Amino acid sequence: METFPLALTTLLGSTGAFVIYAIIGFAFGYALESSGFGNSTKLAAQFYFKDLTVFKVMFTAIIVAMVGIFAASGLGILDYSLLWVNPTYLWPGIVGGLIMGVGFIIGGFCPGTSLVALATGKIDGIFFVGGVLFGIFIFGETVSYIEPFFNSSYMGRFTLPEWLGLPTGTVVLLIVIGALALFLGAEYLEQVVGNKPMAELPKWRFGSAGALIAAAVLVVLIGQPNHDDRWNNIAETMGQKLADRQVQITPDELLHTIWDESLQTVLIDMRSETDFNQFHLVDAVNVASEQLGQIAKELQSIAPNTVVVLMSNDELAATAAWKFLVAERVVNVYLLEGGVNAWLGRFGEDLMLQSQTDGDDSMGWLLPMALGDRWAASLPHPEAYALLFDPKIKLELKRGPVAGGCG
Amino acid sequence: MMTMQSAGLLKTRATKPYLNPYVGGLFLGLVLFTAFFITGNGLGASGGLNRLVVLVQDAISPEHVDSVPYLLSMAGGDRNPLNSWVVWMVFGALGGGFMSGFFNGRLKFETNKGPQITKRQRWLLAFIGGMFMGYGARLARGCTSGQGLSGGAVLSVGSWAFMLAVFAGAYALAYFVRRVWN
Repeated sequence: METFPLALTTLLGSTGAFVIYAIIGFAFGYALESSGFGNSTKLAAQFYFKDLTVFKVMFTAIIVAMVGIFAASGLGILDYSLLWVNPTYLWPGIVGGLIMGVGFIIGGFCPGTSLVALATGKIDGIFFVGGVLFGIFIFGETVSYIEPFFNSSYMGRFTLPEWLGLPTGTVVLLIVIGALALFLGAEYLEQVVGNKPMAELPKWRFGSAGALIAAAVLVVLIGQPNHDDRWNNIAETMGQKLADRQVQITPDELLHTIWDESLQTVLIDMRSETDFNQFHLVDAVNVASEQLGQIAKELQSIAPNTVVVLMSNDELAATAAWKFLVAERVVNVYLLEGGVNAWLGRFGEDLMLQSQTDGDDSMGWLLPMALGDRWAASLPHPEAYALLFDPKIKLELKRGPVAGGCG
Repeated sequence: MMTMQSAGLLKTRATKPYLNPYVGGLFLGLVLFTAFFITGNGLGASGGLNRLVVLVQDAISPEHVDSVPYLLSMAGGDRNPLNSWVVWMVFGALGGGFMSGFFNGRLKFETNKGPQITKRQRWLLAFIGGMFMGYGARLARGCTSGQGLSGGAVLSVGSWAFMLAVFAGAYALAYFVRRVWN
């Protein structure tokens, strides 16, 4: 059962959560200062190949955290999909990065390191922090002029394994090996340019490098949980909800929800295109089961007051889709009880319906025409019916961070 | 700090050397891992500074904040810009940096600079560099910690492109400003 990351605000309240973040921040600042990041000359020496501490510290930190994260995810104790992965805005990121590079070599710090410089009384650090605050102020005042660029080349949550088409473990191993090779190159540069003989460096670093590679190989071997593993992790609780019929909402509740202006409703119709063209609800989208992965990605970042309702002719295809979306951590997903057949039975009185022989998740009614969503029953008026239902929809907050990073 | 120094509290502590970079990196990496493991968020700094700027702006001219969508999202109406985890992480980082400086005898009012420039020049350059840094960090939606470290560890494509750009920008300009540092 994946229990991490924790839902901090739910567990501790917002004050408790902020205390945890302050403690993590404390360790962060302590690590930066003790690595020498409060000293601008040490940071700038990086760019003259004399002292490559910045590079070594940063990439050691990245590969250690990365191996830990994907090992924990592979073992099923950490849910990677709940971690904040900075969304990719490619060009604003690159241009912003270049501007920061300029600031780094002129000013001698980056924002995090300038904080510890300020905290230890470095006067150049204090001026730098002042500059950062002023730069942020200018950005906030001028962002409206560059809004189109600021929001351009958006690729969402886009990861290196997806880009390269390689398994996550392989990418982790390649990055570890690449970083270790670059460390060796960095030490060589320090010997040539900075007069620091490699022979005087501690021997334990080879053993540590070996241990890191071994850990990365383990990450490759255990792999990452696939979709079935993710469902199995939650099968007990979620399967119980299905069996107790806590997530099947009646046509009456669905109609009420569609007209509830405090909620957004996403209607997903899992039937064949033929059935969909004959009849569907207003604003329903026709989705084939192969498209669910893409749909899940879109739904993960949707507004928190959104209710997703799945439907098929009866419940079979809708239930399968429900399991898929829930395993992908989409929240507030429900399915239409009795499916479109039940909906037509309740609201389709104008259609001159003829009952067909019931098959497996097939259309239970014979419609005289294929009118898509132009039937009255596609969006009945709730006041025309006395809607009666036990409400089952309970809005649930997302567990993962909705806006993290440097939000 | 001044009072502690003048009281002689810090003079007893000899300045200790920095950690070996790989040990420092391991330490930082474990902090980063713990942050992700417990909270789902990585580390961040510039976002917290951003909210402090907006806090001041909101105190001076709330109408102005309410008219700019970018600022509105942080401090619009009755929203408190301090109501964000990254602000508390910044406060924590200041405390952690201070304590590390304290225990290792590195708390000292001083200016680190290259031998060929004056202190005033260094201060001016630090301010100008900081401006670039602050502006770029907001454009890139994160600083070296929030985008580089955190996004790098969870394999975001944009974060890796960003990191290459930071190093490329600094290396490309390093030769032209060598007098500042050497």
